Amino acid sequence: MRGAFLLVAPVVAAMGMPALAQVPATTGTTATTTAQAAKPAYHAADAPSSTPVVYLGNMKPVMDHASYFHGILDEFEGRYAPAGSDFRWDGEAWYGTDYNRVWLKTEGTLEHGRLHDGDHELLYSRAVSPYFNVQGGVRADIDDGPTRTWGALGVQGLALYEFEFQATAYVSDRGRFATRIEGSYDFLLTNRLILQPQAEFNLYTKSDPARQVGAGLSDVDAGLRLRYEVWRKFAPYVAVSYAGYLTQARRIVHDQRGETGALRFTFGIRSWF
Amino acid sequence: MSNASRTRDGLTRRRFVTGMGAGGLLAALPASATPATSIAPGTVPAASSATWNLRVGRRRIEIDRKALHAPCIGGSVPGPILRWREGDDVTLNVTNTLRNEDTSIHWHGIRLPASMDGVPGLSFTGIPPGETFTYRFPVRQGGTYWYHSHSGMQEAQGLYGAIVIDPRRPDPHACARDYVIVLSEWTDVSPMDMINNLKMQDDYYVFRQRTLASLPHEARAAGGVGAALKDRLQWSRMRMAATDISDVTGIIYTYLLNGHAPGMNWSGLFTPGERVRLRFVNAASMTFFDIRIPGLEMLVVQADGNDVEPVPVDEFRIGVAETYDVIVQPRDSRAYTIFAQSEDRTGHARGTLAPRPGMTGPVPPMDPRPVRTMVDMGMGDMKPGQDMKGMEMPGMTEKDAPMDGMDMSDTDHGDMGHMDMDHMDHMDHMDHATPAAPVMEVDDPGPPPINVENQNVAKMPVDRLGSPGDGLEHTGRRVLNYRQLRATRPGTDPRPPSREIILHLTGNMERYIWGFNGRKFSESGPIRLKLGERVRFTLINDTMMEHPIHLHGMWSELENGQGAYRPYKHTLISQPGSRMSYLVTVDAPGMWAYHCHLMLHMELGMFRTVIVA
Repeated sequence: MRGAFLLVAPVVAAMGMPALAQVPATTGTTATTTAQAAKPAYHAADAPSSTPVVYLGNMKPVMDHASYFHGILDEFEGRYAPAGSDFRWDGEAWYGTDYNRVWLKTEGTLEHGRLHDGDHELLYSRAVSPYFNVQGGVRADIDDGPTRTWGALGVQGLALYEFEFQATAYVSDRGRFATRIEGSYDFLLTNRLILQPQAEFNLYTKSDPARQVGAGLSDVDAGLRLRYEVWRKFAPYVAVSYAGYLTQARRIVHDQRGETGALRFTFGIRSWF
Repeated sequence: MSNASRTRDGLTRRRFVTGMGAGGLLAALPASATPATSIAPGTVPAASSATWNLRVGRRRIEIDRKALHAPCIGGSVPGPILRWREGDDVTLNVTNTLRNEDTSIHWHGIRLPASMDGVPGLSFTGIPPGETFTYRFPVRQGGTYWYHSHSGMQEAQGLYGAIVIDPRRPDPHACARDYVIVLSEWTDVSPMDMINNLKMQDDYYVFRQRTLASLPHEARAAGGVGAALKDRLQWSRMRMAATDISDVTGIIYTYLLNGHAPGMNWSGLFTPGERVRLRFVNAASMTFFDIRIPGLEMLVVQADGNDVEPVPVDEFRIGVAETYDVIVQPRDSRAYTIFAQSEDRTGHARGTLAPRPGMTGPVPPMDPRPVRTMVDMGMGDMKPGQDMKGMEMPGMTEKDAPMDGMDMSDTDHGDMGHMDMDHMDHMDHMDHATPAAPVMEVDDPGPPPINVENQNVAKMPVDRLGSPGDGLEHTGRRVLNYRQLRATRPGTDPRPPSREIILHLTGNMERYIWGFNGRKFSESGPIRLKLGERVRFTLINDTMMEHPIHLHGMWSELENGQGAYRPYKHTLISQPGSRMSYLVTVDAPGMWAYHCHLMLHMELGMFRTVIVA
């Protein structure tokens, strides 16, 4: 589109028309022609310049290029059900500037003394738009099951209507592919009482029975959390959560006599620094 | 924070402790004065002095149960009122007694050599611990100004104070009673923590958002639940909040009047019938105040140190770093409350004018909080289907550039973005005065990109000089607006501008990045001005917040339709979604700062270096 305009503009100008001829030009034509003739320079007065400013004492007057370090535990919770209770965490931390950051994501579930669903990612994150970052790096599935490693590439950010959204594609050292999609949304009941539906889906191209993974849509972990922000960085919550296997994975887990899915009553704390 | 919010109700329940003693002031008296009498906060010193010794140090001060080792002058917040005289050469010896940090003092609004302006990196290299820097410059202006640190965000913690300059010509508004009213904020949260928190969560300090609980109220106002929800969806679709008024709020701030929390009740005395001059200075770092004195009409006589034709008002908004002088004439022998509510209505500063000490007046309830509208988003105030004809489009032909990079499907809106009736006004009288005006060069970046650093483009910025600002338009009170400011003397430079510099104010609230033209400071070049030239700055505010824009070293002459009687200002509020222009005579060589005076916006990129050569 832009290219097309650039092609058209000189033609319009050559015809002696104001470049914005499509605008109803009701007045100001004289001034217009003069201005045209004089070819005023169009550029931003503050455009980056090739001759950098030498600041006295090399002191920058403001600090708009600092690095920041933050971490958040979105889920840090006990899940209770008659069939069995477990403990789960899901968090992330990042360090860096407005554009370039290093991210660490980690999640896992502890059940009957066994750690499963352990997933840890180290990513480089690059801000690419007002609300989205592109992230790439490695993922390691480290828990009591066999370890798998993956390359990761995804997006993370704030989708329309303020949905928090992450979608990541993975390729494993064994040539398998996987995808994870996560989303959440904050409904403000009051300014401190917040209801947050959240869901995470995992998809795989091939089954991996040793890790209770099935081809296709493999598992889901979802919750409806009601938190109270005592202060911004500390919010206890109550929730109902559901963790379960789907489609082929469900059959795999069933055959292994594992639990294929359970709705649990959940308590937890959301906190960040 | 829950604590803070609890203390916000009921003033009477509060206990206030202050570490500010009159004794602290002694360290900052004019060098010539005998330190026999201490001066009450807000009282202008009895005589001017050309020499001042100012010691910057940290002192533990507790106000409203928030204790802070505040950087300050002479141990007091605000610092001492400096009274100078136009025509004098003043000498200010500023000694840094801080342990490990540099300091600096910037004389806000004062015209002086660039080396005396007090901005580290631009004017000088700052004042290291243990050293004294001597500022020396001739004073060539009168009126109310202020000073503050330009180092390490010390300004946000207490390093500021007022300047009163006796004018050379007789003061048309001299009053027997003359008080300085310095408005500011107080918190024990460090500015660095604020930045850290805002980088993680942009609404960290906002607890006035639209919620399920507020829906019934909104539905009543909007005429139905459907309408209220529709408006909400519109905002959340843009990933913005209509309730985003101030980034930092009364949840952590106590608002101060001359260093007094509301419950401490700063008081100024008057004799019924006499005229009282109040010199308001907004020394806050992040807060606009709306000021009124119920029961009294205020006569605005000066703005940013320059006399204006008196305007009688009930209320006025003061942006960060602005000053306004008003005259009131209380006739009854009773207490009047000076009520300064924060723009976001999360708190207020308060003082009292009374015939006797110890009196208190009624404190009015806070107004409803402003809610942003599509006008603030730069979508204009046109009704659908309104006729576009008859609107003139100044300099449309100079606008090839804006088209560049713009979505063609959006062309119509984009074009409207450059229409502006007010702009035409001054084009008009300029053209009439000088029919053979030379062609004006235009530095136009075009509409800013939507990128990491910018989340919105004001497609149809409008002239909002006639508006007193968000939240003040329908109060039923007479509220000052920029169009009413008319200088008492014609401007000193009648030349039309030879160059126009268009700047977009941009930002991404979500990432908490601010800038001009979609770039923060560290990614921009300097704005280069030629010594002697006359420049028009045009600001288009693409963000949904007000920005008080301050050019150091030179006056900003607001083009507000007052012809040659343009008001001279040092700080101008650019309203959200607006287009505004002002003229600058480039008569001060050197490196100068140009920035939004909301301190966190400045620190996070809404800053440019101006080089005059």
